[in-house]
Amino acid sequence: MIQRETLTINMGPQHPSTHGVLRLILELEGEVVVSCRPVIGYLHTGIEKEMEFRTYHQNITLVDRIEYLSSYHEEFAYCLAVEKLLGIEVPKRAQYIRVIMAELNRISSHLVWLGTSALDLNVTSLLMYCFRDREEILELSEMVSGQRMMPGYFRIGGVQEDLPEEFFPRVRAFLDEFPRRLDEYEALLTENLVWRQRNEGVAVLRPEDAVRYGVTGPVLRACGIPYDVRKAFPYSSYEDFEFDVPVGQHGDAYDRYLVRMEEMRQARRIILQALDRLPDGPVLVEDRKVALPPRRELVRSMEAVIHQFKLVSEGIHPPKGEVYAAVESPRGEKGYYIVSDGSNRPVRVRVRSPSFSNLQALPVMVQGGMLADVVVAIASIDIVLGDVDR
Amino acid sequence: MADLAPVQVFLQERLGEGVLEVHRFRGDPTVLVRPERILDALAAVKEDPWRFEMLTDLTAWDRYPTEPRFEVVYHLLSLSRRERLRVKTRVSASDPVLPTAIPLFAGANWFERELWDLFGIRFVGHPDLTRILMPDDWEGHPLRKDYPLTEEPVEFRGYAPKVPSQTIPHVPPRRREDR
Repeated sequence: MIQRETLTINMGPQHPSTHGVLRLILELEGEVVVSCRPVIGYLHTGIEKEMEFRTYHQNITLVDRIEYLSSYHEEFAYCLAVEKLLGIEVPKRAQYIRVIMAELNRISSHLVWLGTSALDLNVTSLLMYCFRDREEILELSEMVSGQRMMPGYFRIGGVQEDLPEEFFPRVRAFLDEFPRRLDEYEALLTENLVWRQRNEGVAVLRPEDAVRYGVTGPVLRACGIPYDVRKAFPYSSYEDFEFDVPVGQHGDAYDRYLVRMEEMRQARRIILQALDRLPDGPVLVEDRKVALPPRRELVRSMEAVIHQFKLVSEGIHPPKGEVYAAVESPRGEKGYYIVSDGSNRPVRVRVRSPSFSNLQALPVMVQGGMLADVVVAIASIDIVLGDVDR
Repeated sequence: MADLAPVQVFLQERLGEGVLEVHRFRGDPTVLVRPERILDALAAVKEDPWRFEMLTDLTAWDRYPTEPRFEVVYHLLSLSRRERLRVKTRVSASDPVLPTAIPLFAGANWFERELWDLFGIRFVGHPDLTRILMPDDWEGHPLRKDYPLTEEPVEFRGYAPKVPSQTIPHVPPRRREDR
């Protein structure tokens, strides 16, 4: 009599294809995955706890570190939540600037995904190409905020400073060049036989499973469900811009690839519209109880000094209540749930992270598939472990 | 209360005494239900015509020292109707137990493990209620308000770890049965 036995192997937490510190306990029968149990928490930093001890402004620095590949979205969601709590309206120019920076960030985040997931399938040259383009976006970010990553650029009530003059020609030059570059990458991959064989029909997620697990972002849209926070619950003037939400059909790794490639083109479209129609005006609310007074006022007005002092030392006091605000980050719905008791520190800040929910559906994607396809599955959900573990 | 969302009115009618409070703050519809009716509430709004079929988020916060101490918050989303709903319930510190929502939303699995890990709220019927973010042998539940935020000592010469005492108002000794 032949006995059938399964083999349990451990993948990670230090494994190049896990894109961070993710550990998988895989049960195999031959090369077929019978069960998969992700073990997370290796990058848990306790940011949610830390935020309860900081003022609302200080927390902007912390939230950047959660999803480090798309910090602008992180700040975006946090600031939207606090602004909703305060009930303030951000000036139109600041809203547009936020959209520009967030969409640039979406492109750079997707480029990292494209480069690394291609690297997992041994397309090594693409990583260099992608990082070359991403470098340009990081430099734009440095020009605007002073930081390449973790910018700390958004403020509660607007953004820290207006866009510099030299930003505009440079971003336009990048956006003019970018479609040609994308075409090149697609020429490398889209019809590539190896790429298609490794991605098509791999890591399939059915739409009903995606909904059951709370999957959002490109992974959900690749299943054919056109849910995008920017369209469903428009924030920060997204309703002003014309853009399409790409949707897949099969819910496999290949559709996720197609969806993200198209999202980069759509992001470019949004940035161009925002640049063309960028309204004039302030970039920060005038309310002195919320936003710091401009530097030049400090030497003339005692009142401004007092406001500055109160805001820096004590911070803002939002009303008592609870809010949830979400943005569409490159990975899905990034939401902040903030509970305030009326003091200058939040009682609770909950980060609803898309990577956490998307990763939870990983066992469904890989069960019954080959061990080698687990690598493709992880790459195709595009998790950031900082976002999973917070 | 004229500005209630239709789903809030529906839940009030469906659950009657089970609904403790309804309000809308900044447009977010919120329903607070009794802990024993929480699954009824979630199941009721998952059906037609409400179709809140996705559990976007499940979290909690500590109301220490008020009782009931923990407020557990379910954020629901209707993909087809593009609407959000927040359903909340409260559990006491002495017996923080809730039924699991996994049969309704498979995604609740990890969220509930996280709540057990960070708050010590138990979910009856959960197949694998183990720690998820903290190490397996960790003591205590870090997101509770009586769990101190401390600074790890770093070995530098002349460095004294500064624990801002004003941010830690009340630090009772950790009890063994909190595990």
